[in-house]
Amino acid sequence: MPVSWTLLIVLALAGAGYLLTRMRAVAMAGGDTRKLHSRPGHYGWNAALLTALPAILLIAVWRFVQPAAGTALISMVALALAAAGLAFALIRTSPSFRARNAVEGMVKGLLIACASIAIITTAGIVLSMLFETGQFFRQYPWTEFFFGTTWSPKFGGGSQLGMLPLLWGTLYISLIALLVAVPIGLFAAIYMSEYASMRMRGVVKPLIEVLAGIPTIVYGLFAMITVGPLLRDWFSQPLGLGASASSVMTAGLVMGVMLIPFVSSLSDDIINAVPQSLRDGALGLGSTPSETIRKVVLPAALPGIVGAVLLAASRAIGETMIVVLGAGASARMGLNPFEAMTTITVKIVSQLTGDTDFAAPETLVAFALGLTLFTVTLGLNIVALYVVRKYREQYE
Amino acid sequence: MNDMRVAEARMQQQTDTKISARGVQVHYGDKHALKDVNVDILDKTVTAFIGPSGCGKSTFLRCINRMNDTIDICRVAGRIALDGEDIYDRRVDPVQLRARVGMVFQKPNPFPKSIYDNVAYGPRIHGLARNRAELDEIVEKSLRGAALWNEVKDRLNDPGTGLSGGQQQRLCIARAVATQPEVLLMDEPCSALDPIATGQIEELIDQLRTEFSLVIVTHSMQQAARVSQKTAFFHLGNLVEYGSTEDIFTNPRDPRTESYISGRIG
Repeated sequence: MPVSWTLLIVLALAGAGYLLTRMRAVAMAGGDTRKLHSRPGHYGWNAALLTALPAILLIAVWRFVQPAAGTALISMVALALAAAGLAFALIRTSPSFRARNAVEGMVKGLLIACASIAIITTAGIVLSMLFETGQFFRQYPWTEFFFGTTWSPKFGGGSQLGMLPLLWGTLYISLIALLVAVPIGLFAAIYMSEYASMRMRGVVKPLIEVLAGIPTIVYGLFAMITVGPLLRDWFSQPLGLGASASSVMTAGLVMGVMLIPFVSSLSDDIINAVPQSLRDGALGLGSTPSETIRKVVLPAALPGIVGAVLLAASRAIGETMIVVLGAGASARMGLNPFEAMTTITVKIVSQLTGDTDFAAPETLVAFALGLTLFTVTLGLNIVALYVVRKYREQYE
Repeated sequence: MNDMRVAEARMQQQTDTKISARGVQVHYGDKHALKDVNVDILDKTVTAFIGPSGCGKSTFLRCINRMNDTIDICRVAGRIALDGEDIYDRRVDPVQLRARVGMVFQKPNPFPKSIYDNVAYGPRIHGLARNRAELDEIVEKSLRGAALWNEVKDRLNDPGTGLSGGQQQRLCIARAVATQPEVLLMDEPCSALDPIATGQIEELIDQLRTEFSLVIVTHSMQQAARVSQKTAFFHLGNLVEYGSTEDIFTNPRDPRTESYISGRIG
């Protein structure tokens, strides 16, 4: 019997438990539901949850811990547990039983479990990365990984796996993206929150947020077929800076456009959260609207804006598709923004695609790169949260 | 005490009109918030606006420095003149006007800056000080004027938001005074304060009267009686009665005023 059937039966039992217990509760009260401690539905829910939750939990845990175990055994134990739960709920049902409180408790447990899943997953990701990274460093010296300036993986031996060119590419492209996104996004947010009329805001804000809904691969195509050739023909070739359509500048510009709605929408919320009384105070002293914004609203909103920028930065660092299509795949350390470069994420993809041997350092290096990236973005997020929290308290 | 009030009232009648409003109408969208208000506000006098909530007293106050301009749906008609000059004339810059007609709000709203920078804000944007020494002087004078100097002189660089409610409100008054206004509008300045802080602010209002004209909106009739020389009673968007505070509280002419001050309406 497949597990899905068992699940269905458990759910059916839970449904039956709901109806049975509910009827039993009403019957015990002699039809007068005012005599019950809880509403009849609570008795029903208590039974349904007691029937379904332990059985489902058992199936999930068993399948996870021992995937090869026979499904028949699992099904039998699960069904027995469900039946036991149902029976227990039926027996406990009496007019004085506090079913409402029992259901509250179970719902609370369910919510805690959901919250824990996110945390446990993060921990799991970090652990698996750590494990693979450990294997990589047993085969390849960590000093050369962190401080090596050449990236040339060769399956079959003699690879040089220095991550500095990749880190440099990542930071360079992200920097250009932020230089584009932060001023434009911030000014757009200032316009929307301080100057635009309600109607204008209602039109402009969703339009900007449409940008956020475009898949990054589409941005990548735009970078590859439009922005790249445009930059090459109008800037890099006339200026003699290179002949490549794939460049740091291409990827940076397009990534910047991608980040505009991110920055503007977060900053807009933050600027709107500045109390109106501060604006009134500044205007009442004879400030112009722009003085009010520069001297009162922005300083008050600054911590939040810094947080928004750091969040945008961690998105830029993690971006892959725009870089693959816009900046190329050659690992290089240089200052010329019209040269092709590449980033950590792109190399992770290229090291893991195709026929690969998962024991070779050339493959395992992807995990070390991933862990580095994770550490950088985690650090940025922590700093962002810290900044936002620390300064927010000051002005409320 | 009574004699003093009478003498004072007589003295005030000889002073000049600072603000004169004629036929002022205000609409918020479809709502007719203020109906045909005519009033002359005197220089170097405290004028109190009293009346039940929603009667239009704050609305009128915000007309005097054109703070209503910031509300999209608000329309103002009629004529309000400051020193005989129409403030709704197209040549008048509302920003300049607000530098001349300062405002203190219901809730203390110090900027998230240091105490010093809060007070220096107005002088800085209007270029009132030529150098740091002059600015220091203005800040000290304003803080003294707001009876706050002694409490904060050793921590001028601490954030203004760290002060107590009453101190914050005095800081906001100091901030308004530092801009050297000709009129100071106060919208229920004590409604968020305890009685002791309220007493300090009231004392301050009385001192500031020697320098410029003050208009104060208040819900407390006792406060109006304590601090003002002139009182205007608003009801349902109408200016019902305007006269010397003494007359309004002891000898109201309109039955609505009488009902309000005796606590029967509002």
